[in-house]
Amino acid sequence: MQQFTPVAGLVGGVLIALGLAVILIGSGRIVGLSGVAAGLINPHRGGDRAWRLSFLIGALAVGAIFELARPSTYDAAAPHGVVVIAISGLLVGLGTRMANGCTSGHGLCGVARVSKRSIIATLVFFAVGVVTATLVGRLA
Amino acid sequence: MNPLALLGGALFGAGVCISGMVKPSKVLGFLDFASSWDPTLLVVMASALAVMIVAWRIVAHRRSPLLGGSYPEPPSPLVDARLIVGAAVFGIGWGLSGYCPGPALVAVVAGVPATFVFVATMLAGMFAIESREQATRPDA
Repeated sequence: MQQFTPVAGLVGGVLIALGLAVILIGSGRIVGLSGVAAGLINPHRGGDRAWRLSFLIGALAVGAIFELARPSTYDAAAPHGVVVIAISGLLVGLGTRMANGCTSGHGLCGVARVSKRSIIATLVFFAVGVVTATLVGRLA
Repeated sequence: MNPLALLGGALFGAGVCISGMVKPSKVLGFLDFASSWDPTLLVVMASALAVMIVAWRIVAHRRSPLLGGSYPEPPSPLVDARLIVGAAVFGIGWGLSGYCPGPALVAVVAGVPATFVFVATMLAGMFAIESREQATRPDA
């Protein structure tokens, strides 16, 4: 159903990384999206709130422009019912904070600096993600 | 408002939209090996990693960030059960829905109700870990 879109993937991947890279080079911060989100809801991590909020506002503003200009950017419906989506969100929230990173923090920032923790975390979440999605795809 | 973080967020937002990573169907098209397999996600990861490797090279050749502060310490070598379990829990959540934290936050602008449910339970999961952290590890 989905088509292979290598050019869009390449351009998008470069832009995703540039977003993380300008902040890394400019201010020395490792940006991970689970950390950005968690920092905003944890009142004890107030010091970095301004830049986290700025990052999210920038990302959401551009996301909104895409929604207006090209609605097909987004899926019109979720892949599963609301209960599965709710469980999925909970597991993503718990897991990324236990592991201290997600696809951006471990998968991109960490792996690129050859962090052993990040490489192992990335291998684990990719492997488990593939097994889970393939099993669920079979059942559905 | 932090201009650098705003720029980084805008680039990141454009990247996840152009690459298709804001679409759970696109991500599951990769993670579900039993489907008509779509390797786009691999292209996204590879191109983003290439940029991040260059970014870390630049960091290694600079004394301090352009806008002040300091560059991150070398990565921790600690690989513990918490990292592995967290990554596995994240992997299950990711494989269930095809959403990881960054793209899910951006996709909220498309107004699909399930995306709000995902983000709400994700933040709840993050908060559960973050608040516990505060009680046991004051430095967190």
